[in-house]
Amino acid sequence: MDAPSPTANDGGKLAENIAYFARALREAGLPVGPGSVLDALAAVEAARVGTREDFYWTLHAVFVKKHEHSDVFAQAFRIFWRRKALIEKIISTMSPATPPSRNEKERKPDAGSLRAAQALLKQDKPPEPQEEQKEEFSARLTVSEREILQGKDFAQMTAEEIARAQRAIAALTLPDDRVLTRRMTPSVQGLRIDLRRSLRKSLRAGGAVIELARMERATRRPPVVALCDISGSMAEYTRLFLHFLHTLTDARRRVHTFLFGTRLTNVTRALKSRDPDEALALCSAQVQDWSGGTRIATCLHEFNREWSRRVLGQGAVVLLFTDGLERDGAADLAVEMDRLHRSCRRLVWLNPLLRYDGFEAKAQGIRAMLPHVDEFRPIHNLQSMETLVKALAAEGSVEADPRRWLRRVA
Amino acid sequence: MAPLPTSIDDTLKLLSAGSYVADRSLATVVFLALRMGRPILLEGEAGVGKTEIAKVLSKVLGRTLIRLQCYEGLDVSSAVYEWNYAGQMMAIRLAEAEGAVDRARLEDDVFSEHYLVKRPLLQALAPDVAGPPVLLIDELDRTDEAFEAFLLEVLSDFQVTIPELGVIKAEHPPIVIVTSNRTREIHDALKRRCLYHWVGYPNAERELQILKAKAPRAPARLSREIVGFVQAIRSQDLFKAPGVAETLDWASALVELDAVALDPAIVSDTLGVLLKYQDDIQRMQGSRVKAILDEVKAGATAKA
Repeated sequence: MDAPSPTANDGGKLAENIAYFARALREAGLPVGPGSVLDALAAVEAARVGTREDFYWTLHAVFVKKHEHSDVFAQAFRIFWRRKALIEKIISTMSPATPPSRNEKERKPDAGSLRAAQALLKQDKPPEPQEEQKEEFSARLTVSEREILQGKDFAQMTAEEIARAQRAIAALTLPDDRVLTRRMTPSVQGLRIDLRRSLRKSLRAGGAVIELARMERATRRPPVVALCDISGSMAEYTRLFLHFLHTLTDARRRVHTFLFGTRLTNVTRALKSRDPDEALALCSAQVQDWSGGTRIATCLHEFNREWSRRVLGQGAVVLLFTDGLERDGAADLAVEMDRLHRSCRRLVWLNPLLRYDGFEAKAQGIRAMLPHVDEFRPIHNLQSMETLVKALAAEGSVEADPRRWLRRVA
Repeated sequence: MAPLPTSIDDTLKLLSAGSYVADRSLATVVFLALRMGRPILLEGEAGVGKTEIAKVLSKVLGRTLIRLQCYEGLDVSSAVYEWNYAGQMMAIRLAEAEGAVDRARLEDDVFSEHYLVKRPLLQALAPDVAGPPVLLIDELDRTDEAFEAFLLEVLSDFQVTIPELGVIKAEHPPIVIVTSNRTREIHDALKRRCLYHWVGYPNAERELQILKAKAPRAPARLSREIVGFVQAIRSQDLFKAPGVAETLDWASALVELDAVALDPAIVSDTLGVLLKYQDDIQRMQGSRVKAILDEVKAGATAKA
């Protein structure tokens, strides 16, 4: 376990260290390919790096391709290229004698640094670690762990398991639902003739033959609007659901997220920041009613009035994440749900209460809301989250039919 | 071609000459836009007179109005330009019939301005004897982001790139007015290039002026009551509050019915002109109308 030390004068060591550093960056989430390692070496040689700052910006120029990655890079650089003393400290936390550090939670570092640090810890591991340690540090889930996590209720997870679940959520294959637009796109088997391309193609060949180029209707992903209950009864689930929404926001362009307890808050912009920890911190800074009571009808009314026309255009899918336990005004709730249902293309209600086998749609609020949703789905563990992802890509299915629940009680 | 206004007051006068009753903030934005040659982005609820501004400006300045109505799927071939394919094919066949085909020349000939069909955006960049035209890009929120991105070039440099022909740049930039109903958010990049203004509902005084300018046939007392009533129901909890356009429609409907004052029966019968959602109409129907009407009348007599 040779610690990478930044001795820039030794050519062989430098190459090795840059390769290590690139691997660390990759673990921290930067898209760094082997090509950029070669580039970095060439750049460092070409730049005749003298000072630490030059070195920093040389590597930065090669490895960082996006503004958001700058912070992660800065942290990784700081940790990696520090003098030996600190590298040894990292090594000591890694050694089998001392248990892996649990202080990640206490020193809440700024966004990105945690990930960079974790990536470095992982990568500086001794060459032949024991099996348990591998599990402790692995950023990805092993198969058996995954299986246990899959079925585990979010509410029963330990902090560590939640962290793992978050990573699993980030790795989810997101729904590839598409709706037709009126725009045309080139296609080999399209039904319509693309005259413009046909003519250009024909002229390229001298205009003797006109070979027909074809086009078809383009598709795009419909916008997703998430309305997310953050009242006390939902507290255990909200955080992970927000992670899910963050992943979704990252992957597609039009995702709007609203949080509601006793009032409605639009956190779309907060969730747009790339780093999940930062995004969630921004969200909670914006919201004043975390884990309080719920006034579903009032909040839905506000959404319908202020936002529905602004975000529900162009065939939006609404994900309503709430347990539906509304104390007052079931009649108002039904009216607002009806309005919401008629303003969107598809309304999916995600209810963690469905985790109970004997769940029955008896509560007043639930009975008021159920007739107005297209789908009624559980969302209490990773498995149900995966089912949701699949369901978003497909059309409505029998097991999510809300009428099934109403019939059972009737 | 009328000269451009030289001050905000001038702009206000100019707009009222086109019987558009603007408030000072709107006049300021219009003045700045004319002065700086920047597009205006107008956002606001439906029926508050966003589109009307473009129409009035073109009228009072004596410019051509070029309107591009946005819709989902709007693409370059219907917004900017299209080639005349039939003509191009003819040209190719004729060249063939003549014998020798010089490929480079043929391509130049076929993709020349002669075969270019100009759509609104390109028309707006072309020189006009009446001065640079007023380009109205209406309800931008209805189209998709792809088209919005395309507009960036047009709105910042007043130019369009046609791959076969090159860059077409306006000698004198048109007066551009973009409107949006906010059914989705316009991208920041586009907003950055425009002067932004939110067009709100007018206050009672200004709405009365608008009514006088636009519906002069309505008796004074009726006008006052109409404005009072509309202002009152805008503060009610409605899904869609009536805009100025609805007020004007209602006024002309009441004039057609020969009403001289509002009474609960006639209001209930004509509520559909003012409110366009069944829930809203139901909520307002019956005793609510009477209560509001009483309030309005009490207010009017108190003032008089």
